Amino acid sequence: MRREVPLFITAIVGISFVIQYFIPHPPFSNLSDWFSDWFSIIQACAIVLGALNLMKISFLKVKDKKPDWGYAAVIIVSFLFITIIGLSEGEGFRLPGTKFDWIYNFIFIPLSATMFSILAFFVASASYRAFRARNFEATLLLIAAFFVMLGRVPIGDLLVWFMPEGYQLSNLASWVMNVPQAAGQRAIMIGIGLGVVSTSLRVILGIERSHIGGGE
Amino acid sequence: MSTKVKEILAVVAITIFCLVFYIGKINGWETIEFSFTVSMIVISLLVLSLVWILILTIKGNLIERRIVFLFVGIAVTLPLFMGISQKISSSPEVVSLYESVDALPAGSKVLISFDYDPPSAPELQPMAEAFIQLCFEKNLKVITMGLWPQGPQQANLAFEKVFSSEKLKGRKFEYGVDYVNLGFQTGNEFVVQRMGSSFKSMFPTDYVGNAYNDLPLVKNIKNFSNIDYCFNLSAGFPGTVEWIQIGVDRFGVLLGAGNTAVQAPQIYPYLNAGQLTGLLGGMNGAAEFEKLTEIPGKGTKFMLSQSFSHMVVIAFVLIGNVAFFMSGRKSMLEGNEE
Amino acid sequence: MGLKQLRIFKYFSFIIFSLIIINSTFVIAQDGADSTALEVVDSLTLELQPQPATNITAKDTPNDEGGSIIVSWNLSADDYAGGKVTQYKVFRAMLTDGKVGEFEQVGENTAGAESFQDGNVDNDFQYVYKVQAINSFYDENAELKEFFSESKISKPVSSSPQWFKMYTINTLIGVVLLCFFIIFYINQASKGKKLFIRKLAGMEAVHEAVGRATEMGRKIFYVSGLGDMDNMQTIASMTILGRVSELAAEYDTYLDVPVCRSLVMVTAKEVVKGAYSKAGRPDSFQEDQVHYVTDDQFGYAAAVDGMFVREKPATIFFMGQFFAESLILAETGNSIGAIQIAGTAMPSQLPFFVAACDYTLIGEELFAASSYLSKEPKLLGSLKGQDIGKGVILVALIIGVILETFNIWNFSSLFSVID
Repeated sequence: MRREVPLFITAIVGISFVIQYFIPHPPFSNLSDWFSDWFSIIQACAIVLGALNLMKISFLKVKDKKPDWGYAAVIIVSFLFITIIGLSEGEGFRLPGTKFDWIYNFIFIPLSATMFSILAFFVASASYRAFRARNFEATLLLIAAFFVMLGRVPIGDLLVWFMPEGYQLSNLASWVMNVPQAAGQRAIMIGIGLGVVSTSLRVILGIERSHIGGGE
Repeated sequence: MSTKVKEILAVVAITIFCLVFYIGKINGWETIEFSFTVSMIVISLLVLSLVWILILTIKGNLIERRIVFLFVGIAVTLPLFMGISQKISSSPEVVSLYESVDALPAGSKVLISFDYDPPSAPELQPMAEAFIQLCFEKNLKVITMGLWPQGPQQANLAFEKVFSSEKLKGRKFEYGVDYVNLGFQTGNEFVVQRMGSSFKSMFPTDYVGNAYNDLPLVKNIKNFSNIDYCFNLSAGFPGTVEWIQIGVDRFGVLLGAGNTAVQAPQIYPYLNAGQLTGLLGGMNGAAEFEKLTEIPGKGTKFMLSQSFSHMVVIAFVLIGNVAFFMSGRKSMLEGNEE
Repeated sequence: MGLKQLRIFKYFSFIIFSLIIINSTFVIAQDGADSTALEVVDSLTLELQPQPATNITAKDTPNDEGGSIIVSWNLSADDYAGGKVTQYKVFRAMLTDGKVGEFEQVGENTAGAESFQDGNVDNDFQYVYKVQAINSFYDENAELKEFFSESKISKPVSSSPQWFKMYTINTLIGVVLLCFFIIFYINQASKGKKLFIRKLAGMEAVHEAVGRATEMGRKIFYVSGLGDMDNMQTIASMTILGRVSELAAEYDTYLDVPVCRSLVMVTAKEVVKGAYSKAGRPDSFQEDQVHYVTDDQFGYAAAVDGMFVREKPATIFFMGQFFAESLILAETGNSIGAIQIAGTAMPSQLPFFVAACDYTLIGEELFAASSYLSKEPKLLGSLKGQDIGKGVILVALIIGVILETFNIWNFSSLFSVID
């Protein structure tokens, strides 16, 4: 029963979602809304599980003084601090001017922006390391990358000032993005789409079961 | 000097740098702007140092990744102080988006979905501001919403910026009549699906708690059939792909999109298939749109930093390839000698 | 009646008669004045009143669940650039026992619009519609003035739900065909037919990667991305996690699985636990192996990066749905010298993984990986069916390109799915 019930639910829900795409007549039209609402509710409730798990592991780490327990202590203190601030502010805790809003604007957003900014540096170091003209395909990729990188900034057109209008690097970059790049993206997306259908069918029919654990 | 000491010194230097700017901002110091001559000197120094690194590489001294990081940091930061302007051209996909909005008659209802958070704001916020301003200049009605929690806040920031612009000075915009912020709704692509039958079911109240039926602009809007145009600003999931798969394919919505530079290449197939009326890709797309709408903003301002950083990355790729060929030639020569 | 009374009667009659005459004259004069005022107002109204919309038709919205009627009309003759019409207002009345009820406004549309969808109707009733063409403007006193003309009333109509969305028929045929191929080849594989599957370099390296971690005495990290359990990439990642956990259990190497979503944590725990039991090492499984970090994208990236830098794992798997944090994670993993195997169906993140990782599963290879690792006939059969579907699409593409080169568009329009 432990495996059969989830497989049964998966099959029913999967088939309902497929049917409701084709049949608008009630009750099929309401089915997808109903299941979507249930998923949102389950997803929201599951956050509590995750938070409790995080707190439990962090407490145990601090209690047993495991390696790097200091970071676990920081997690516990910040989690409790922000939770208490948010709860004390009541229903309007997200409105501008509240302490929670201050923490969001002056701590959370700068931290997120910092992590996102690291990408700029990592793109440079990854390109420096990976873009090598090892063979013909890699050289082709390198040349295309040069043209697109130059064409996507105004400086690219400045470098080829002598070329007539419509034949500049920005036009070439636009062509690369619209034609060969889009073709490659389409091919990958078609493959992904087929892969999704195949995996979904395996999951709905219960052929693929390893995602629910417990072996075959 | 050991690596640890160098790291500590670098952190201290960056902290002092940031503190100086913070103090300057509080005390209202004048923004520093390099003259054209100084800008040219800075650029020349940067180029010379890259040439020096190339020479070192040819001699066999490979640079470590921290030097790459340093140059990227300089390439992004220093142009902010330079007053150099660049000629910005317009890509066909940006022109197409502009023309599709331009063709809307006055009074048309435009739905804008803010599907991004503050880290993506440098690329997407300039697009949002230019788009909303264009809508108000053309007397279109604007309805905003978000599939990301921070989306509606970004919408409010965009409205604030737009209302303070010179071009719209003297005009009054009434909330609930000219524009509405419906707020955020959880559920990802299911929200778009539900909006296809009823907007009110997904947004019973707006961002500040007004009942849907109390807002004159939206009370007669049942679903997408009552919307004239949609514009989606997306940094990931849920975003443009979901809007196309459900909004366009199922409900026939007319959709334009603004995406981060990383995500934009993925959207070109949809643009070429006619499922999108236009696409703004990254800060470049924002700058091009600002130019078309004649609303200069941060997109245009920060393009110089983007140009410099692209040139630095290209330079290091070339240096890396020189190092690769040098090491290949060296091992070939050693092989021949053996 | 005496002479005196007669005289008084005559005087009274004269007074009353005079009063009547005067009053009538006044009324007539007033009416005349009013009619003059009316004549002035009428001509102004006529000048500002737009021509009505014509040919009003109302029909049930096709391919829907009912409750919706589309009202269409021909534009007013005054609807043009600079014309009188500024908008159209749509009015609806319910029909009860054949009698038309009171009209109420149900919507409006801008000038130039030729239709309106009324999505607020009841399937059990009949409705009639009329459309007003409106000329609205602000006068010199900044007061809103509206002049309108009404169309004729439409024929009665009611809405009803349909049993099938006709415009999805091509999708239905495609889905049925693809499912047929997949089920057919699953059936073939179950009967014992050998099916060829090409090598996936990333999956060939899994044994080597796990073995490396065992030799170095370091951890294996498995990062399942940002997707939740409703995402197919995450489900595919969980299936691969099962296979990798089994190997890790056999080699007795610690497998750390930091996750971004609570539901994924619950699922991953079950998967890893099941895999350890299957490998005959149920006691080796520790609850803390699978742990939740945070839902926030960059918080998760920062936490996982910190774990990489402090714990220096020998092997890292990136399998699932990734976004901007992909390069941050992969570059950090590269900087600590770990062997990295990645797989994602996010086309925008593939270049980053290819640049920073040792092996990358591109797109559909992520979904094929589980079948590849298990070598189960049924799963391999589904891959074959998927490939046949791809072959059909390829043939259709070639035919479509050739036909469109000769300006024949009928074939490609068969694949359109927009209503």
